[in-house]
Amino acid sequence: MNTGVIYTETVVHAAPAEFVADAPYQLAIVSLDSGGRLTARIAGERVKIGDKVELVETRDGVEYFRKQ
Amino acid sequence: MRPVAVVGIGKTAFGAFPDRTLRSLAVEAGEKCMTDAGVSPSQIEAFYLGNFAGPAFVGQNHLAPYIAGSLGLTGVPCTRFEAACASGGSAFFHAVSSVAAGLNDIVLVAGVEKMTSQTTPKVTEILAGAGDMAGEGRAGATFPALFAMIARRHMHQYGTTREHLAAVAVKNHANGAKNPLAHMRKVITMEQALAGKMISEPLTVFDCSLISDGAAAVIIVPLERASEFTDLPVRILGIAQTSDYVALDAKADITTFWAVHEAAEKAYKMAHVSARDIEFAEVHDCFTIAEIIATEDLGFVKKGEGGWYALEGRTCLRAERPINASGGLKAKGHPVGATGVGQICDVALQIRGGAGELQLDRHSLGLAQNLGGSGATAVVTVMGGI
Repeated sequence: MNTGVIYTETVVHAAPAEFVADAPYQLAIVSLDSGGRLTARIAGERVKIGDKVELVETRDGVEYFRKQ
Repeated sequence: MRPVAVVGIGKTAFGAFPDRTLRSLAVEAGEKCMTDAGVSPSQIEAFYLGNFAGPAFVGQNHLAPYIAGSLGLTGVPCTRFEAACASGGSAFFHAVSSVAAGLNDIVLVAGVEKMTSQTTPKVTEILAGAGDMAGEGRAGATFPALFAMIARRHMHQYGTTREHLAAVAVKNHANGAKNPLAHMRKVITMEQALAGKMISEPLTVFDCSLISDGAAAVIIVPLERASEFTDLPVRILGIAQTSDYVALDAKADITTFWAVHEAAEKAYKMAHVSARDIEFAEVHDCFTIAEIIATEDLGFVKKGEGGWYALEGRTCLRAERPINASGGLKAKGHPVGATGVGQICDVALQIRGGAGELQLDRHSLGLAQNLGGSGATAVVTVMGGI
């Protein structure tokens, strides 16, 4: 649950009303090493498909991953 | 099952109309359609309405009888269908089912959305509700973001490029410029498409369909009664609606819309045709990548080759199998609930030979493909002349 690989990603520039202050932010679908996929935010350095990532924190119900 | 035919079509222009209400748009399309078919409100036996988010966009619920009443239509079943961007297609599928089953003879189907009265961030938020709000939505996924992630994966797996995406936008704008009802009647160049403002990487503003107001309507009847209403009936040869998971991260392979593939297989089987028989198609290009994937899922081109197919001009107006001759959602506009019904109007118009400057050379067998969300609902309809 704490580590995985980037399956796909994007950097959101046009955000929904609730997240306008966060933009631009990177969003990714992480293939978890423990199985399954999760849509999460990326903290810190930008990631690309295939990068290994680890969970940094869960804030407001959203998982933040960063490059390993 | 009884064969079903479209005997009337009606559309408003798609665009930003600050002075128009949701109801007035739907009524305009409905009245045009009834005039086209020579049908009076008292003859209509049921009303099926496609609308995604009228309650959120304009604060009005109970929309089907609300609109029907303004069309002079009471005393019949009036029902709203919500299936995200496939709301119109879903309303149409269920209307066709009721006529095919013999439950109704003369049925009005309309689709409508009034979107431009809200700010873009608010529209983005409402549209995000077509995804999984407890998962991807909570993380900040917009619809452009979901399709951007689909595009990134398609690029990774198949070598699709931004030029491939841009080729779809350039072609659809060229077609839309000739469509008198299109929202964006402006030709764009490849350079402009590639240099557009970034919305969600790698998608620029030119990869995204438009936020529009608009409505569309059709009247369907059993084929055996079609001649009472028109000399140019358009037959529904095959139709299917299918579903898949709402959340993008729940799908095994996001470079394909499995529901579209399944709906196409069913619709082709019902129509006794195969993909290669289809002469033209209106597909759901909510984003440029969606048109590329649609050409693959519908079987027009091998998986992964949709980008090259677009770049080589094989989907253009005078190509062998034109895609989105109307300008597509990209240029025509995408008033969400109206889109699926509008596609049926556009395909029917081509089959009737009434598409003017956009009239195709081969127009006897066409297809409409409507997609909801990031692929959780798909409707595919195969239509032909008599």
